[in-house]
Amino acid sequence: MKKMGLWILGLGLVMVVAVSITSVIGKQSVAWTADEIKLIQSLSLRALAPLAQYPSNKYAQDEQAAKLGKRLFFDTRFSKDGTIACATCHVPALGFQDARALGLGASIGTRRTMPIAGTAYSPWLFWDGRKDSQWSQALGPLENPVEHGGARTQYVQLLEKHYKPDYEAIFGVLPDFSDPKRFLSIAGPVEDRAANAAWQGMKEGDRELVTKAFVNMGKAIAAYERQIVLMPSRFDDYVDSLSLANQTNKNLTDLEIAGLRLFIGKANCVQCHNGPLLTNNEFHNTGVPMPASKVKDDGRASAILAVKQDEFNCLSKYSDATSNDCAELRFIQSDTHLLERAFKVPSLRNVASRAPYMHAGQLQTLAEVLQHYSYAPVAPSGHSEIKALHLNVKEREALIAFLTALDAPIIAPE
Amino acid sequence: MIVVVALLIGIFFSLSMESRQAWIGPLMRPMMTLMNPAPKDLNFATNRKTENGLFNVSFTSNPSPTPLNQIHTWTLHVETPDGKLVENAKISVDGGMPQHGHGLPTSPQVTQYLGSGNYRVEGMKFQMNGWWEVKFVINNGNSQDRVVFNLTL
Repeated sequence: MKKMGLWILGLGLVMVVAVSITSVIGKQSVAWTADEIKLIQSLSLRALAPLAQYPSNKYAQDEQAAKLGKRLFFDTRFSKDGTIACATCHVPALGFQDARALGLGASIGTRRTMPIAGTAYSPWLFWDGRKDSQWSQALGPLENPVEHGGARTQYVQLLEKHYKPDYEAIFGVLPDFSDPKRFLSIAGPVEDRAANAAWQGMKEGDRELVTKAFVNMGKAIAAYERQIVLMPSRFDDYVDSLSLANQTNKNLTDLEIAGLRLFIGKANCVQCHNGPLLTNNEFHNTGVPMPASKVKDDGRASAILAVKQDEFNCLSKYSDATSNDCAELRFIQSDTHLLERAFKVPSLRNVASRAPYMHAGQLQTLAEVLQHYSYAPVAPSGHSEIKALHLNVKEREALIAFLTALDAPIIAPE
Repeated sequence: MIVVVALLIGIFFSLSMESRQAWIGPLMRPMMTLMNPAPKDLNFATNRKTENGLFNVSFTSNPSPTPLNQIHTWTLHVETPDGKLVENAKISVDGGMPQHGHGLPTSPQVTQYLGSGNYRVEGMKFQMNGWWEVKFVINNGNSQDRVVFNLTL
């Protein structure tokens, strides 16, 4: 009798282990609560508000500007040697990124190329947020020596030569930039000494004419970029038919649902990857490793002053916004100590098809990313905000399955 | 004794998934969903006395409820405990997430005295779900006191 009792006890224990394993992984053993459903619904792409006015760019909704912007986006003539366009790194077939650890324009950069869809919703652009609008972001690479590598007089002269009627239909008269004495062919406030000296040598009024046309290029490109949009994923379909009463829809597998449970629960990814774009668009130090290049990068800390002083920021004379529209810039967190080596939280939409990861592509796979969050190593500089998650193999598998269910097409104007 | 325990275990796991959830769900859920539950006795009132009792302070968020990831304004109302409006005080703002050891993502400021004891606080933003503290130091020229509001997003 005692022996039989032990057998039954043993059997009971085996069942406890078996059931607890399946409840964590394979099966969705616990129904969602009302609060969890509310949180999950807040992550759906359908919770994303339609794009509103973009105060600093009055051409943001202009269809003709978007058409011009698209042509500029793909035009390699707008570069130092005629080979680099925005689309060189923001490759449409790859979701407007390049699948490389470090961007490769005129030469190799120090950061990972970021995707474009959804950036119209972000108050800050680039990994460090050194730009505060899509249009001012678009102008940065054009004059960056490792990206397009050119200078603004060259660009406005190309504009005059190839796009004058299209430009004038949107922005009004394009000044005559053809006088080579007034408008040197390569001049701009760039790193290149000769181009910079040429720029400083120009009359202020002429510089202003050039910069205004250059700014409008950025505003046209931004009008196009706003139309690069995310489509709903299987996760969004799952959320659509999810309610307290009906939790049986089959848009996600049990493993993916287990991943979602971890995402909003134990792993707490949702802390920063929140809202319909699965990003809070803010900056956090998560202790990501140094890149192989060992290039030091303090992220947001250095960008704070840069964006405050940026000639194209929200409060600048080239912005169409009023001061009231520029709250993000006016009330910017300026504590560089807090934001040492903090980088922007990326959207997780399409993340599974966007390796490698982090600001310099340091981590090759999602498995490596979860390994990082499981151990939470000490930050190379500044202080990491994350705590070790201690995710087991099955939990990582479930999270990766969930993240893969966020894949969906990106639609861009034909 | 052993048999009874084993039988109970057996009976429990022979129950349907749904009825098992009813038993263990309430026990499991807090562990699964909240990494850092806020202390239970937190006061979430939007109308509070300052720490030394000098002022009664209340806030309203615009929009309300307080939004996530959206820069917005608050209106702060300051009175003395006997109901006199506190006008043209100097007020500073600070805050953060105590469980994460970080501050606010912005540097909000009181930008305007609106009259009737009301002050406009601009640049409020919360970028994470969870427990937040927002602290105001109020100086009416003669004395200074501090109030801490708790909120959860």
